[in-house]
Amino acid sequence: MNVLNRRRFIRTALSGALLAAGFISGMTMAADFATSKVNTTGLAVTDKTVKVGILHSSTGTMAISETGSIQAEKLAISQINAMGGVLGRKIEIIQEDGASDWPTFAEKSKKLLENDHVAAVFGCWTSASRKAALPVFEKDNGLLFYPTFYEGLEQSKNVFYTGQEATQQILAGLDWIAKEKKAKTYYLIGSDYIWPRTSMKIARKHIEQHLGGKVVGEEYVALGDTQFGSVINKIKLKKPDVIYAAVVGGSNVAWFKQLNAAGLNSKKQTMLTISVTEDEVLGIGGENLEGFYSAMKYFQSLKNPNNEKFVKDFKKMWGPKSVIGDVTQAAYEGPWLWKAAVERAGSFDVDKAVAALPGYELKTAPEGYVKVDPNHHLESKLRVGKWKADGQAEVVYESELIKPDPFPKGYQ
Amino acid sequence: MFGYSIADISNILVMQGFAGLSLFSVLLLMALGLAIIFGQMGVINMAHGEFMAIGAYTTVLFSNFAVKLDIVQSYFVFAIIAAFIVAFIVGYVVEYALIRHLYKRPLDTLLATWGLSLIMQQIFRSSFGAKEVSATLPEWLLGSFKPTEDIDIPINGVFVMVLAAVVTAGVFIFMYRSRWGLRMRATVQNRVMAGAVGINTKMVDRVTFALGCGIAGVAGAAFTTIASTGPTTGSLYIVDSFMVVVFGGAASLIGTIASAFGIAQAQSILQFFMTSSMGKVATLLTIVVILMMKPEGLFSTKVRK
Repeated sequence: MNVLNRRRFIRTALSGALLAAGFISGMTMAADFATSKVNTTGLAVTDKTVKVGILHSSTGTMAISETGSIQAEKLAISQINAMGGVLGRKIEIIQEDGASDWPTFAEKSKKLLENDHVAAVFGCWTSASRKAALPVFEKDNGLLFYPTFYEGLEQSKNVFYTGQEATQQILAGLDWIAKEKKAKTYYLIGSDYIWPRTSMKIARKHIEQHLGGKVVGEEYVALGDTQFGSVINKIKLKKPDVIYAAVVGGSNVAWFKQLNAAGLNSKKQTMLTISVTEDEVLGIGGENLEGFYSAMKYFQSLKNPNNEKFVKDFKKMWGPKSVIGDVTQAAYEGPWLWKAAVERAGSFDVDKAVAALPGYELKTAPEGYVKVDPNHHLESKLRVGKWKADGQAEVVYESELIKPDPFPKGYQ
Repeated sequence: MFGYSIADISNILVMQGFAGLSLFSVLLLMALGLAIIFGQMGVINMAHGEFMAIGAYTTVLFSNFAVKLDIVQSYFVFAIIAAFIVAFIVGYVVEYALIRHLYKRPLDTLLATWGLSLIMQQIFRSSFGAKEVSATLPEWLLGSFKPTEDIDIPINGVFVMVLAAVVTAGVFIFMYRSRWGLRMRATVQNRVMAGAVGINTKMVDRVTFALGCGIAGVAGAAFTTIASTGPTTGSLYIVDSFMVVVFGGAASLIGTIASAFGIAQAQSILQFFMTSSMGKVATLLTIVVILMMKPEGLFSTKVRK
């Protein structure tokens, strides 16, 4: 046996030992956590697998937005499985389609919880779909991770909200624009449903009471409306320092295109929006957005090692053309938080996992660092991004960590 | 006056007048194709919006090619022609496969075309993705035209207006000055007699339907300049299209034009003085009241009762 061979022998033996060690530790993992102990409530947990649900719209009008969330959740789950799963068990996904129809979300939640006995569900997108599914989760004691930034005014034992609630997204952004642009007059415009209306209510209170500014117009357009001629003329007449916008869906594209065509581009008008992420930019076109600002907790262009890896993995799994918006990133956090909850509790039981999660710090989040608050929302930062023509945002402001406050006093 | 200068107010008046005209041309483009299909043939085509989406997607595809070949400045005119041709062909096929079996059952066409619209939406979603897409516009369509420092007239609005005028003129010439139009009107008025004098009424039906669809395609192409294109884009337009045609009086082209003008002006003025959604509510209420008093629409063909 010459030196080379001996070296090779040692290497082989070593790696064999390592492999065996890994195997044994894997075994001990599952053996440490006997199914009868980690699952006392009849969830779909076996010695080798655990079932979870993904419930988003992959058809219908909301598919535009929810597809990114599905992709992010699948990416996170595949990564967790590659690391050995949760408590030694591989995650199996049961995917249901909410079909952009709110009662369907309730029905599918019921199916996931009562027939499939999934340990957790990652899903819902619009507030309407969450509100429809919520009673089912509370009745069957399910566990939902909800990714979208939303209007707040809700807190449930059975839900963790991985997106920002309204005050986290609104207040710091307004503070920044008031200071940076010395803004005094604001024009509020949003689509006509609960999220923009609640958000504008908070924004108006903040502008009038804390920033000493004035709201010179508040306007809601019907969902899907594509004619902004009259609204734009009103804005031209009032000449606000800042347009604060929460227009969504197809209207959003028309709004920015027509604003530009009417000569109100970023050189002439400052605008801060809370409804444009990288996903929306695809439809609107970077050239129509260039120079306007978005307030979000995450932008694809964030520079930190977590995010660089996340963006790379996401593009590897879903294609180089895919973009990642705020909600997609928040959806990605869901499975990781659930894994942490289960491992901290040492149990898949919903009650134990829910109790174990508050206080947990997710340091590997692409957005940087988040901490789970006792009110089931995440403590996170707010960023303001300035859009560039290539559809990416340059982060121009980053706040301190903001505690979630879903029931803000003085803003209702 | 209200703390605004006279100059401010007159500038806004000009731009507001333009906003009204621009909305008018959008509504007119939407409704023209439907006025032919619903007004002349009596087919309630719920898939009309999806034919607009066909035009819009054709334009987007063209723009993608144009970006690759670096001919962004000139492709748009061809895209519009292609949108017409593609929508025309699809319309022709749909008439042959579906509509012609249902002429005697007008309410069934409503259900069948609605089903067709759902099928088409899912085809768009499966082939182009669920996300909204935009056409890359040539530079001459972007920005605004400035007669004075404070007045901005959106160029895409002017473009849609010119296109609406051209298409309307084209439809008029086709219907009232060409042999085809003559045959079409003859068939609408008396199918049996038209057949008896040697007009191929089935062919006339097919071409009429396809023509309406083609015009919808042109409208869709034009709308890529003001909004985005998604699988469900068509459903945003269908209500307005029917509103214009029904309000104008189904069988009358002049009525369609008048009604598009009336609705557009009412809506843009009301939206300026009220909030956007209340302006729309007020417009719709007015239409309901007028239709209650004049159920045939603004311009109805006189019929003996």
